[in-house]
Amino acid sequence: MNRQFKILYKTSIIILAILATLLIGSVILITIDAEIFRTYLVILTEPLKTKIQFTEVLIRAIPLSIIALGITVAYRAGIINIGAEGQMAIGILTSTAAALAFYNVPRPFNIIIIVLAGALGGGIWGFIPGILKAKLKVSELLSTVMLNYIAAQVYTFFLRGPMIDPAELTLGSGTPQSMRLEKSVWLERLIKGTRLHTGIFIVILLAILIYVLLWKTSFGYKLRAAGASSKAAKYGGIKVAFFITISMVISGAFAGIAGGVEVIGVHHRAIEGITGGYGFSGLVVALFGGLHPAGILPASFFFGLLLVGADMTQRIVGVPANMVQVLEGIIILVIVSAQQVMNDKYLMDKIWKKINTKEAN
Amino acid sequence: MSKITSLRMENITKTFPGMKALDKVTIEVNEGEIFALVGENGAGKTTLMNVLMGLYQSDSGCILLNGQKVCFSSPNDSFGCGLGMVHQRYMLVPNLTVKENIALGLKKAWKKVKIDMDFVVSKIKEIGDKYDLVVDPDAYIWQLSVGEQQKVELVKTLCLGAKFLILDEPTSALTPQEIDELIQLLKTMNKKLPIIFISHKLKEVKDLSNKIAILRHGKIVFYGKTSDYSSSDIAALMTGREVKMPENNEEKEFGDYVLELKNVNVKSIRGFLALNDLNLKIRAGEIMGLAGVSGNGQLELAQIINGLRKVNSGEILFLNDHIEKLHPIDIINKGMGYIPEDRNTEGIVPSFSIKENLVLKDIETEKFSKHKIINYKAINTNADELKEQFDIRCVNTSLSAGSLSGGNIQKVILAREIARKPKFLVAVYPTRGLDMGAAQFIHSKLLEMRQNGVGILLISEELDEIFNLSDNIAVIFKGHIQTVLPAKKATRRDIGMLMAGVNNE
Repeated sequence: MNRQFKILYKTSIIILAILATLLIGSVILITIDAEIFRTYLVILTEPLKTKIQFTEVLIRAIPLSIIALGITVAYRAGIINIGAEGQMAIGILTSTAAALAFYNVPRPFNIIIIVLAGALGGGIWGFIPGILKAKLKVSELLSTVMLNYIAAQVYTFFLRGPMIDPAELTLGSGTPQSMRLEKSVWLERLIKGTRLHTGIFIVILLAILIYVLLWKTSFGYKLRAAGASSKAAKYGGIKVAFFITISMVISGAFAGIAGGVEVIGVHHRAIEGITGGYGFSGLVVALFGGLHPAGILPASFFFGLLLVGADMTQRIVGVPANMVQVLEGIIILVIVSAQQVMNDKYLMDKIWKKINTKEAN
Repeated sequence: MSKITSLRMENITKTFPGMKALDKVTIEVNEGEIFALVGENGAGKTTLMNVLMGLYQSDSGCILLNGQKVCFSSPNDSFGCGLGMVHQRYMLVPNLTVKENIALGLKKAWKKVKIDMDFVVSKIKEIGDKYDLVVDPDAYIWQLSVGEQQKVELVKTLCLGAKFLILDEPTSALTPQEIDELIQLLKTMNKKLPIIFISHKLKEVKDLSNKIAILRHGKIVFYGKTSDYSSSDIAALMTGREVKMPENNEEKEFGDYVLELKNVNVKSIRGFLALNDLNLKIRAGEIMGLAGVSGNGQLELAQIINGLRKVNSGEILFLNDHIEKLHPIDIINKGMGYIPEDRNTEGIVPSFSIKENLVLKDIETEKFSKHKIINYKAINTNADELKEQFDIRCVNTSLSAGSLSGGNIQKVILAREIARKPKFLVAVYPTRGLDMGAAQFIHSKLLEMRQNGVGILLISEELDEIFNLSDNIAVIFKGHIQTVLPAKKATRRDIGMLMAGVNNE
């Protein structure tokens, strides 16, 4: 097998994957009588055309990448964290509480306190499945998903009860949302007239942090060893249970930070629906980015593009919101399957042989 | 085809990218013959058999069955012609019974909605009568010993219609007694069908086969009758040089006791005592060979010494300190070395690179990390040194350790353990499944450690290994040390009796 063949093989898989996505998507678009070609064009190119839309893509990419970085830590320790959605929700609550309490602490310390509060909330929510897995071997697939439901209810409870904006009560409208945060805790806007905030620097900082932590420190070495082969790690004297727990704490903390940044960067108050599926998309971003910060940053940009593009289709082409979500689902499925096919060495070998025997004949 | 009277593979050549795995190999097996295919790891034995089973297609050459040319493009073709292979790792489902396992492949028993179990059982009985192979159709696989599981594999292969048997290293997991039994069994079966078996244990080759082919680097270097050659001739032909396994024959004074186990009891997962009132003492510079049929507590013993399993009662003293409650890392840092049984997933982290694996136990030491930041330069130099010193054969040390051959993986483990300069070493089946060259290397390293005053507990299932290396031999039976004998005074017969639980004292 030569290099040329490998590159050709991989590019043709990617092209096939894109074609497959467009094809399956077309079937769905036909059923609602939409303009197929235009819909796709809008999703993929429209967000890149104007400054505002472009910054909107980046805004989506910020929580996605932070969550994906955290999921990477858990994944490298051998745990699939599907609970980022819940961890993010708890992180939003704790960081909003901190923002309301510590708004007059001088900058940048108030920001640091808020981010750490988010990390604490998310971290606690990650600790629960972590310790259950480490001590009792409870499957994280079950515990994290169930904790998502609990977190969603806790979130609604706080926004409707203890943390509700007093103004809502006096006005009697009762919208479930917290008080608007003081301007002193808002993240600065990077570009005038857009919503892009300095959270993007937090992303870069955290990406570097994760890279160093996982690949340059003995802590990361042990964490990865525990994930790659827990038997060998135990043999090597590594405290596997500790690393399972701590990796889930870090993973949860990152989801919590993503929540906190979203609150002080974009919404400036806790409202319903902030998490909006970021926790799940974050898992796909982490896998799509190869579980490495260098892959996660571009991957989160791509998924940000899909999110914004989908919104725009709704407005420009009139494809209903739910249909766009279906399209997103298809894209994710095809991308993940294509990655599996791409990494299948046996299949590659088989095709190589087929081509060679044909040439020989 | 009712019977296979002859099988001939002619001028088989097979190339993989960058190497010629088989180069014009010709073998012939006739009725009533047991054919031994011998060679070091990587010599091409398995490739040749994979060509025969239709898993690989050869680049040139052909296969003749009863004088007729056949073409196997998939395992189904070779199956259909009556070739059956028993793999080194058994392909059995542990939670199913023997008959259910056999029914899995027996298409004749598949009715529309259910499986005709009576047919399966009658088939098992028919095969059992024909070849003298008795298995209990209702036993669950997990209840059976390794030797019995192998019988099930044989029955399964024969039930599916094999008229010609290929066995890949059939004895690698068996105890000495089971090996004798298997050899007898194969001899009886051979009256009805021809057999090819792959092995690198010369004793069995001598005992069992009529004809032998020795492969080296994909070429047949020797082909002939087994009875004409001695074991050492065959060994020399196999490796291409004289092989003499090193022996422990230097007298020396032992030091103080390094490891002492006193009245140790350990409960197994199923509740019975895996270790039962076990007492054992080993001195510095002493190799204590632990003989026993596998499953008599050897693995539990190795695990408790290394802190990987809880002790229910009793004491373990290492350098006069209690270690029974310590975490593995503390025992490692006290100077304990351990070559584990499962080298592929316990001894190494398979997805990590070779150089990373070489520092598995030392990543936190000052040499390899400062303030928790890894010093990759030191890791690289360390890997280059050890690669040289321990003859680890790899293109470079950044490759994943899991991609190495068994012998080289064992060298990586040994290199790491020895480089740490331990005061005691537990070696569990250190040469299992390795070829002569690698085994020889590992034995000489163990003796070198003995010379340097390291106490060694050598757990092995091969008596040759134990007799060659040990100063004293302890025999374990049902988790209890039967007795400890000086290796010079012990005989194979005595040890064999003790292993079976007979104690005349």
